[in-house]
Amino acid sequence: MTPAHLAAVPDEKAASPRHHILSVLVENKAGVLSRVAGLFSRRGFNIYSLAVAPTDEDEHFSRITIVVDVETAPLEQVIMQLDKLVNVVSIGELSPAEAVERELVLATVAVGPTERSQVIQLVGVFGGEVVSVGADRLTVMLAGRPEKIDDFEGLLEHYTVVELQRTGRVALPKLDRH
Amino acid sequence: MQLTGAQALIKSLEMQGVDVMFGLPGGAILPVYDPIIDSSIRHILVRHEQGAGHMAEGYAMVTGKPGVAMVTSGPGATNIVTPLANAYMDSTPLIVISGQVATGSIGTDAFQECDITGVTMGITKHNWLIKEVQDIPRVVAAAFHVATTGRPGPVLIDLPKDIANAPMEWYWPTSVEELDLPGYHPVTDGDPVLVAQAADLIGAAHRPVLYVGGGVLKARAAEALRALAERTGIPVVTTLMARGAFPDSHPQALGMPGMHGHYTAVTALQRSDLLISLGARFDDRVTGKISAFAPEAKIIHVDIDPAELGKVRRPDVGIAGDCRLVIEELLTAMTARGDAPVVRDLAPWWAQIHQWQEKFPLYYDHAEGGAIKPQNVVEQLRDAAPEDCIVVGGVGQHQMWASQYWEFNHPYTWVNSGGAGTMGFAVPASIGAKVGRPDRTVWAIDGDGCFQMTAQELVTATAEQIPVKIAILNNAYLGMVRQWQEMFYGERYSEVYLSPDLPDYVKWAEAMGCVGIRAETPEDVGPAIEKANSIDDRPVVVDFRTDAFEKVFPMVAAGQSNDDIVVHPDQAARAR
Repeated sequence: MTPAHLAAVPDEKAASPRHHILSVLVENKAGVLSRVAGLFSRRGFNIYSLAVAPTDEDEHFSRITIVVDVETAPLEQVIMQLDKLVNVVSIGELSPAEAVERELVLATVAVGPTERSQVIQLVGVFGGEVVSVGADRLTVMLAGRPEKIDDFEGLLEHYTVVELQRTGRVALPKLDRH
Repeated sequence: MQLTGAQALIKSLEMQGVDVMFGLPGGAILPVYDPIIDSSIRHILVRHEQGAGHMAEGYAMVTGKPGVAMVTSGPGATNIVTPLANAYMDSTPLIVISGQVATGSIGTDAFQECDITGVTMGITKHNWLIKEVQDIPRVVAAAFHVATTGRPGPVLIDLPKDIANAPMEWYWPTSVEELDLPGYHPVTDGDPVLVAQAADLIGAAHRPVLYVGGGVLKARAAEALRALAERTGIPVVTTLMARGAFPDSHPQALGMPGMHGHYTAVTALQRSDLLISLGARFDDRVTGKISAFAPEAKIIHVDIDPAELGKVRRPDVGIAGDCRLVIEELLTAMTARGDAPVVRDLAPWWAQIHQWQEKFPLYYDHAEGGAIKPQNVVEQLRDAAPEDCIVVGGVGQHQMWASQYWEFNHPYTWVNSGGAGTMGFAVPASIGAKVGRPDRTVWAIDGDGCFQMTAQELVTATAEQIPVKIAILNNAYLGMVRQWQEMFYGERYSEVYLSPDLPDYVKWAEAMGCVGIRAETPEDVGPAIEKANSIDDRPVVVDFRTDAFEKVFPMVAAGQSNDDIVVHPDQAARAR
């Protein structure tokens, strides 16, 4: 696990054109996530990842960030159908090139005496954190671009990953520099 | 003014102008049935909740007003799932109110508990589970607003029993803003730039067709459509959901397209170079194999639901808007062009169309076998009926014959289950239609298989003095399935035989308080119809024992191109 080996992994994979990001503002009401998920399954659209959280202090609205597999249906059709849901207030479409995307991963890795320092070093190289330490396990955390998380996850597979949880992406539009 | 939730619900329905509702009480909805005694709303007690839903649909389809049905929790609610699915497919405004177990019991598998908002999420335009008694008037107003605006559709309000019993301070929302629908903005007007592009395409077409769907009826656009058709001289096809939107007696009417459509309607769409689709959705039963559908046609697609534009076929000009408003905009755009012709010379196109009409009219062999021909029953019913008679179809062969052989000259005179294909629709839907239009004659044209699914609602009709007329085209089979097994499964008939006389339909009708009539030979048909038409104080059921082997033609087999339309064998032989 040398830095040279790491450098061989492309830092920023070209985002797959199959995927598009929808930033969906919804009313924060019971069942709304189920309405969105149900729409995707009954119309045969594929969700690649999905993240949801309230957006404002009074929690009237939530934002659902959905990464859509646009090979299963034209993006336009997905948006039009979503827009018909009464609880969906607005839909923003973000192409990967015009968005900042972040994701977080938590992973618990079984480590012997030799692996322990290797994993800690790997986490350091990626700019992650060790968030919990056990006698023979470490739980590590990394937040970053989804591609970076992919790379990190790929390298962790050289060790014994006991549990791994990704959040799914959240995204906002890139700011104009001018 | 303080009311209980139940009183507030009924008062809200009254505020919405509801004059009739269909339902059946039970445990969880009991509190709401008490204030019905004191209400101006007529409640019609059904014998099965599915009947309540279809009656409300029939009522909505002939009046244009939303139909209202009320049921209890659990099985009461699940029994009305089929009407909700049916109304969703056919964009019928339907309001269903279901009782629910008390809020404290939700999630405990309580007696007659069912997560009906979860069950109906995919088959309602929206649904609500009311958790605060104060929300009742607002939710009822929102439910009516959602059901009746934009693309109409069914909604469901689930009301827990403790909320119905709780006290609340009465109010009534007076503006759309108070309905708390921040994500609901139905479109109405069409984009004028796109309307102008549509007018350009119409002006350039050599073989245009107006492809008219149910949206024209929902938009109350039949008059506007007629003006557009007559202004342009373009031929018109009306889909199964749009029968009556344009008069069949009009020289520009080509009839119905689709799997069992008129040969000329199907073929005109196929050979067209411009389809002007108004409130239609390119359903697979119309298009046949989609990749082979109208291959040379450009598409103007007008629909109030933007998601329909490009869902199946990408339009050249897609206009999201109300059909009536868009047609009127189109006519205005044409008028603004002054003396310039709005269309090319369509005479060659009409010459071609007239050839098809002459060669392949609707056809059946009147004499073959000596049995009553189902098509002939429809023709005789039609000829004996008043001009504005409402016809209600079930689902199957009889439905296709009714849609083919009736002459629909007025909007809202044809009620049937199109998208969902719900067998058993006709009896309850005809009752709802008669309740909505008591001044009209209502004939249901039903099949024997369909009739057996929901016939018990004739008890409701008798008890409530709703004199509908039911014609059973009794061929002793699940006829459409039998036809497919004959044509596509090598005549291997699997589980399609019913029986001509089990049950005895006349006795059954009489047991339900109806007049029962039987017609066994072609000579019996006329007198049976005459007798049925003379009765208007109770429901009538006529059992027409029809030829079991008759098939529906023309036919485009499922998944085939419309180019491969199959006509009656006699016609095919003559054409060779």
